[in-house]
Amino acid sequence: MFGAALSMSMFITLVMPSFNIFSVGSTALALDKQLTYGFNSGWNPDDMFLSGANKPLKVLLKQDPQTGAATEPVHAYVFPVNARFPSGILHPKVLGAGSDVLSVEQGKINEASEAQGAVFLVRHGEHEGASYPYIENATATRGWTADAVLHAAGDANTSHAGAGKTIFVREGCWWCHTLLPEQTQDFQYFGAPPYLGDFNGESPTAFGSDRKAPDLLHVGSRNSSKEWMMMHFFNPRLVQPHSIMPRFDYLWGKTDADGNKIDYAAWRKEFVQYRNGERITPPEVPNYRSDSEIRYLIDFVLNLK
Amino acid sequence: MLMKYLFGKNEDIPPGTASIFFSFSAIVWFIIGTGLGSFNAAKLAYPDWVTGFEFFAFGKMRQVHVMAVIFGWISMAFAAAMMYITPALGNTKLWSEKLGLWSCMNWNIGLAVGLFTLWMGMTSGREYSDFIYPIDLILLFAVLIPVSLNVWMTIAKRRTQGIYTTNWFFAASLFMLMIVLLVGNLPEYFHLTGLTEAYLTWWNAHNILGLWITPVAAAIAYYTIPKITGNPLYSHRIGHLHFWSIVIFYSTPAAHHLMSAPLPEWLKSFASVEGVLILVPAIAFVSNILLTLQGKWNMFVENIEVRFTVTGVLLAIPLNMQGGFQQTRSINWYIHGTGWIVAHAHLALLGFSTFIEVAAVYYGLQVLMKRKLYSLALANFHFWMLLIGFSIYWIAMTIAGLIQGAGKIYEVPYIDIVIAEHPYMIARWFGGTLVFLGNCVWLYNMWMTAREGTPVPAGRMVHELAYER
Repeated sequence: MFGAALSMSMFITLVMPSFNIFSVGSTALALDKQLTYGFNSGWNPDDMFLSGANKPLKVLLKQDPQTGAATEPVHAYVFPVNARFPSGILHPKVLGAGSDVLSVEQGKINEASEAQGAVFLVRHGEHEGASYPYIENATATRGWTADAVLHAAGDANTSHAGAGKTIFVREGCWWCHTLLPEQTQDFQYFGAPPYLGDFNGESPTAFGSDRKAPDLLHVGSRNSSKEWMMMHFFNPRLVQPHSIMPRFDYLWGKTDADGNKIDYAAWRKEFVQYRNGERITPPEVPNYRSDSEIRYLIDFVLNLK
Repeated sequence: MLMKYLFGKNEDIPPGTASIFFSFSAIVWFIIGTGLGSFNAAKLAYPDWVTGFEFFAFGKMRQVHVMAVIFGWISMAFAAAMMYITPALGNTKLWSEKLGLWSCMNWNIGLAVGLFTLWMGMTSGREYSDFIYPIDLILLFAVLIPVSLNVWMTIAKRRTQGIYTTNWFFAASLFMLMIVLLVGNLPEYFHLTGLTEAYLTWWNAHNILGLWITPVAAAIAYYTIPKITGNPLYSHRIGHLHFWSIVIFYSTPAAHHLMSAPLPEWLKSFASVEGVLILVPAIAFVSNILLTLQGKWNMFVENIEVRFTVTGVLLAIPLNMQGGFQQTRSINWYIHGTGWIVAHAHLALLGFSTFIEVAAVYYGLQVLMKRKLYSLALANFHFWMLLIGFSIYWIAMTIAGLIQGAGKIYEVPYIDIVIAEHPYMIARWFGGTLVFLGNCVWLYNMWMTAREGTPVPAGRMVHELAYER
């Protein structure tokens, strides 16, 4: 009797929702998110200390990587050698009906291999009279290699949003900043709530439950200033005196963009002088290295459109 | 002494040893957990307090506080109560004191390692299942299964005819916790993604509370109140109702934690209706315990264990009234994701559940060590520190939550909400610190009870002697 009661409860709350959620097809946003974030942004044996290893790069491509001819700007998702593929590539069923067929037949995603690296694009196509977003494996269809695409895009058009999500999870940003505008009254300030199909292949979703700070799902649309983000992460009180956000200056690492050692003690001392009115301007926030964790995190935040 | 017991013969270990070790471990984890809570609360009021150290950042410490209180304090106090109450109700000894001591050691080591990895930022990124899955598996196989085996075998080898209400809950909750931890961590073992991952995360979180913390805390009250007052349980039938409605109703509303997320609408509606039905076990439990007290309400004032337990039971009334209705769509849209929920979670864990467990640890330690409490005055002080500290916390966070809710629906700039909340963040820190300080006094009191408490003569019960010198 106990077994029957518990099994009934598990059937209704686990089996039925699982089938229902599994039947939901991906939106283009879900394809973009899983190609941006890669396999798993939480702890996994490939990234034990959550340093953002084995993650894809999202690049804005303005020229053909093979010929160098200028093209319409397009986002490409570059998986260097050994970067882990997201669930949608490994198990196309995750993408939902329509998208899975198109991704395999036209996008050739089953020809991609982690050992050789791959470049993916998000495309739209027709299947049985309906339109679906799908993933194209540009390495198989166009011969684009990861290195050529990274080279053609350049560092300025390369986003480490995938590694940045790992930092977002590790640093616990989601304990205060939700990634879920609510379906009630959040539209005007935080933007549209997400749809059912926006999450296929993403893990962890990190909705957050305890909002002590603005929702970030569309923050990149509200504020796209890298300089503002830099000041805000180094010391939030530089741009918002009443903020209760912790300082994330340690994500800069030991040295700045020019290889000079960052003197945190001196910076904090000068900031206290500024706060006490003994200085007119706050101390300068150092420029970050292009491979620093703060670069990853800022790329992630700016990518939240 | 610990080594002698761990590697000695089971027969040579005095009965109750495992429970005593569990009790003291629980108290120490309570101090650590509430200390971390107080520290975190300070950072929400004064963000530049202790800055410049990566590992003292709020985002790295918040989950350590939560996991320390749930799996250190609350769950270890449960284990302590089970290892004492189950044999007492079966008129027998614990099946294996040695296994109990080994589980206690594994638990302390496993939890310490788990909290350390969390603190270093190694997290699954899922609330309430933050531990990385190797730690989950260690806790499951080296702790939960041995503890369950011990409790189940003690019940199987009992020397009484029936099984009392408390022991149904103990036996069933241990089994249900195993299922919950196994299923709830599926996203990690098998890398499930998307809404399935989000939903299973909250299925796990909901059921840890619903099928482990709530029923086991209630089960302890079912023992302590009849035992200390001497009144028989008011109604075993209401106990049946409580047990079965927990299994049927409390195991189903997981989706109500994601009411404003894009889950299938049928699932949210179903969860919401089931969520209101949580009032069935809640009312059954509260009325059963309070009616058991008929004619003995003087003990609510005079006896420290009864006072703690009944305070916990009384706190279950606002807890369940909130819990039943705040998850309906008509209320949830206002308070979801605000400090109201934080207040509610503390009402459940620091109010209802903690007060009942504190009583069990006070009573169990005195009985097992055959020592009278070292100082009743310090115990009273502990009670008031806990109650006043918790009340300040709960009121402050409820108000802060209502401010956040209003800010949310009127869409004021977020920084204005932060400014408006500031006084309540200070009050929250103050309340939490009182709880922490009260617990430090508690550890001293229980330590001195072990060292210098007056021995309880054979055949006398500790609560009979509370006021004798």
